[in-house]
Amino acid sequence: MEETKISMYQLYKDMLTSYLKSKSEHALYHAQQFSKEMMEKDMSPEETVSLHLSVFQELAEDLPEEVVDSFDLLLEVMIGYGLAYREHQSLRDRQQQLESELNVAARMQQSLLPRGEISLDSVDLGVISVPAGKMSGDYYDYALDEQENIGVAVADVIGKGIPAAMSMSMIKYAMDTLPEQRTRPAELLENLNRVVERNIESDMFITMMYGFYDPRSHQFYYASAGHEPGFVYDAHNDSFRSLEAKGLVLGVSPKVRYNEDHLKLEVGDFIVLLSDGVTECRVDGEFIEREQLVEMIRKYKHLSAQEIVDKIFLDLEKAQEFQLRDDFTLLILRRKV
Amino acid sequence: MNLDIQVTEGEHGNVAYLSGEVDVYTATKLKETLNPIAEQKNSDLVVDLSEVNYIDSTGLGIFIGVLKATEKSGSTLKLTGLNDRVKRLFEITGLNEVIDIEVDGRKEAK
Repeated sequence: MEETKISMYQLYKDMLTSYLKSKSEHALYHAQQFSKEMMEKDMSPEETVSLHLSVFQELAEDLPEEVVDSFDLLLEVMIGYGLAYREHQSLRDRQQQLESELNVAARMQQSLLPRGEISLDSVDLGVISVPAGKMSGDYYDYALDEQENIGVAVADVIGKGIPAAMSMSMIKYAMDTLPEQRTRPAELLENLNRVVERNIESDMFITMMYGFYDPRSHQFYYASAGHEPGFVYDAHNDSFRSLEAKGLVLGVSPKVRYNEDHLKLEVGDFIVLLSDGVTECRVDGEFIEREQLVEMIRKYKHLSAQEIVDKIFLDLEKAQEFQLRDDFTLLILRRKV
Repeated sequence: MNLDIQVTEGEHGNVAYLSGEVDVYTATKLKETLNPIAEQKNSDLVVDLSEVNYIDSTGLGIFIGVLKATEKSGSTLKLTGLNDRVKRLFEITGLNEVIDIEVDGRKEAK
């Protein structure tokens, strides 16, 4: 430390001498380098001021007393800056630590979501899910059972960020304990509701839509817990309609019955599931209407399911100047044969 | 956007008049105002939403919390004056089945 001080003294002295002699830009550039080095060596602003005074006293003998004394005042003022600077540094360290913890949590959360494409002769599946922050309150799932039934789910935890993300993992774990209910959407939601109701804050809730497609009967069975309605595309008539099902959001009341509904998918028909982060996108300050969303899907419907959801996300992200306000999830399941 | 809350005590209980947006920014204020009223024993709370044009999911959560508090204290909660967009939100989430909502002076089946 003492050595550092001596070398900094020498450095500053050389710098000041050269500047006083030449008044050149080059010497000023050296001063900038010096301040960087100071910060690296954790030197405080008041130490720099006192360094300046000692160097200057050596260079210019017989400094007027007032000039020397005035530095006492300047030193006192700089001490305040020094404290603020050190506080800033410790906050910055703390922030870096939190950030790295958050990154680990976000990676863990990603591992809760299904990975890998499902490549089947019977259906074409595409999904995109993008959190507004680092962690997501949206949950989605797709899974095949032994009979090649494919189950799809989109759930949305109220709010966003870490509290929402923690509740989202609860849905994942509860789903994993209910494999036999994957072909019984209403029963699945009833069981999830019991878990959520017991484990969630009184003013939080989760919405969810779950369905599964049976590739032999071509029926899609579904139930909803207060979730944003999806869409069904009818290829024969080239038309869209809402995919709605009545049912209370998860977590409000311990005993809730859900209705199960079903519809037949013809070749080329598809189901669209989404979270309210999609319909709450604002374009030019206005929420997008469901009709606008339908038009966007229509524009891309000749593409694969994954390409459709990717393109719609890019369009809406761009329309919002790349600032998502809420977690965004969009899933498409199309009957191929 | 702000939220203005005026509470009046009438002979049939308390009426809270809301004006503005109920969203993630104003939800705490709403919760702090309505929850203590809902926790009073055997009182009736009416929330007038005539001047509310938007409620987000965090806002909905506050009403669920208030509903639970009234159930615990033996009180009641009723919402009035919902515009179409707000009403639709209560319908999608199924909350119109558990919260007493008055539409155009007529009560919806509870």
